[in-house]
Amino acid sequence: MTDYSFRLYVAGRTARSQAAVSNLRFLCESNLPSRYEIEVIDAIERPDLAEDARILATPTVVRIAPAPQLRVIGDLSDHGRAADILGLSDNGGLLSRRSP
Amino acid sequence: MTGPADTIERLPTGISGFDDIAAGGLPAGRPTLLTGTTGSGKTLFAVEFLARGILRFGEPGVFVTSEETAGAIRRNAISQGFDVGRWESDGMWTFVDASADIGEGIETVGTYDFGALIARIEHAIRGNGAKRVSFDSFSSIFSRFDNVGIIRHELVRIVAALKSLGTTLLLTSERIHEYDGLSRYSVEEFVLDNVIVLRNVLLEERRRRTIEIVKFRGLPHRTGEWLFTIDPREGFVVIPLGLPGTLDHASYARVLTGNAGLDRMVGGGLFKDAIVLLTGPAGVGKTLTALHFADAGRPEERCLFCTFDETHGQLVRNAASWGLDLDAMQAANRLLVSAAYPQTATPEEHFLRLRHAISDFRPTRVVIDTLSSLERVVTARSLLDFVIALTTVLREREITALITATPMGQAVAGGSLAGTVELASIADVTIMLRYVERTGDIQRAIAVLQTRGSSHDHAIRQVTIDDTGMHIGEPLPRVAHVLSGSAALTEHPPWPAEPDTASGDPTGGP
Repeated sequence: MTDYSFRLYVAGRTARSQAAVSNLRFLCESNLPSRYEIEVIDAIERPDLAEDARILATPTVVRIAPAPQLRVIGDLSDHGRAADILGLSDNGGLLSRRSP
Repeated sequence: MTGPADTIERLPTGISGFDDIAAGGLPAGRPTLLTGTTGSGKTLFAVEFLARGILRFGEPGVFVTSEETAGAIRRNAISQGFDVGRWESDGMWTFVDASADIGEGIETVGTYDFGALIARIEHAIRGNGAKRVSFDSFSSIFSRFDNVGIIRHELVRIVAALKSLGTTLLLTSERIHEYDGLSRYSVEEFVLDNVIVLRNVLLEERRRRTIEIVKFRGLPHRTGEWLFTIDPREGFVVIPLGLPGTLDHASYARVLTGNAGLDRMVGGGLFKDAIVLLTGPAGVGKTLTALHFADAGRPEERCLFCTFDETHGQLVRNAASWGLDLDAMQAANRLLVSAAYPQTATPEEHFLRLRHAISDFRPTRVVIDTLSSLERVVTARSLLDFVIALTTVLREREITALITATPMGQAVAGGSLAGTVELASIADVTIMLRYVERTGDIQRAIAVLQTRGSSHDHAIRQVTIDDTGMHIGEPLPRVAHVLSGSAALTEHPPWPAEPDTASGDPTGGP
């Protein structure tokens, strides 16, 4: 079952966009295997969706579910911090920094 | 100079007075930076830039707001008389709301850019065909992010993107200090070719709001700081201070002063576009002269009479004692009395009030009685600016104006004489009314110091006032020191004192 839902906003098919997509996939696979879904939105193709969500910077990840909604800006290249902020590290995943 | 000045067009902003100092408007299709400290009027200017574009030129606009929410901008704009909500539904105004969500912290991990913001702005511009973009403010959007390298890079990208869409961008940014340093990130000035600074400083306990065009990519513009004010009726108003083009023609028509003797002294009446400065101490007859001047244009002329000294009722009563019925003149629509206490407004606000009265009432004559009352509450510099701004309006409309003043340096202890000199240089005609001390009594004397473009009487003449008004008499040959304000007959009084029969020897005894 997918209890984690993410929306990733990028701007164009740039190296930075691709890095963000693969970093997010890696984090989810490592921490939430088969429990997540990711929707990638290109702000250049769908500026209206970026407008609705009031996205300024790209890449931006929005954790839609579970509540509360969380946002992280950047290409997520620091996996440990990204997992912490997106609330993935308490799931006993490989990258958890909180386990001693 | 050829080059950029020839190839870059101007986009008139429609903001009152601004296009005059900008020699036509903002550089079209280019970005301009507007910086200022908190509360200096940046947002107001940014809102008006779009609003005037819609109202005066039918040009759609995009407003990128990051400091306030779109809702707050809409509410504030209503009080400025702009129905932004209606323009939004008409497709003339589009918000890009980049304001921060309260309580939402933004964490950053790794590198990022502002591609989404740029995409949203471009989307909005394509959506309504915007010619104008206001971005308010750069500093507040980027204060949420900490990487100055990214900020600088992204500013260049935003500017380039909007340029390629052919829009004229007004980008605001906050300054920390009024005069020192640059904008918040110290990068804005280097990225943008055109920089305007708004200032809001305390000068001698008075607020002084100014606008200055610091650089304009080598394009011609007016230099220095220009006063502005926020007017409930006109919005953002830059006060015009003697701009060129207002002096390109002069009137040869003469009008009456309301005193036959004075008409003779100034060479047969005043030129229709004359600015007359009448100086004299309290009680010497300035208001009387002004009232007769106001009445002299009958039956077809109209006079705006602005008094800073008296209430409306007091002026009517004083006039009645000289046989002038101001109520009847007002009923006949020949006179508009505007009475205001100097303390109730800044000189800029007084100026705008008078300009409104002039454009609504369309007088051919204007009286200011007395300028010195304003001097008590403003700095000498502000007073001079007020007069320059006012004379610009008066000259444009060929209005005959009489401005009264007490001799400078008397209204304020330690006041400067320089003020008088500068005021006199603005006036076309300078008239002095003074007391002359004689042994045993005090007389009045009048002298005309200058009348531009006309001959005039060089004598110092005796003045008498009775219940039929003011009468100009014979020259007072032995009066001296009128200019210094302590006029007296020069001869030593004969013994026993008999001044009227004194000998003609002006140097007197041993």
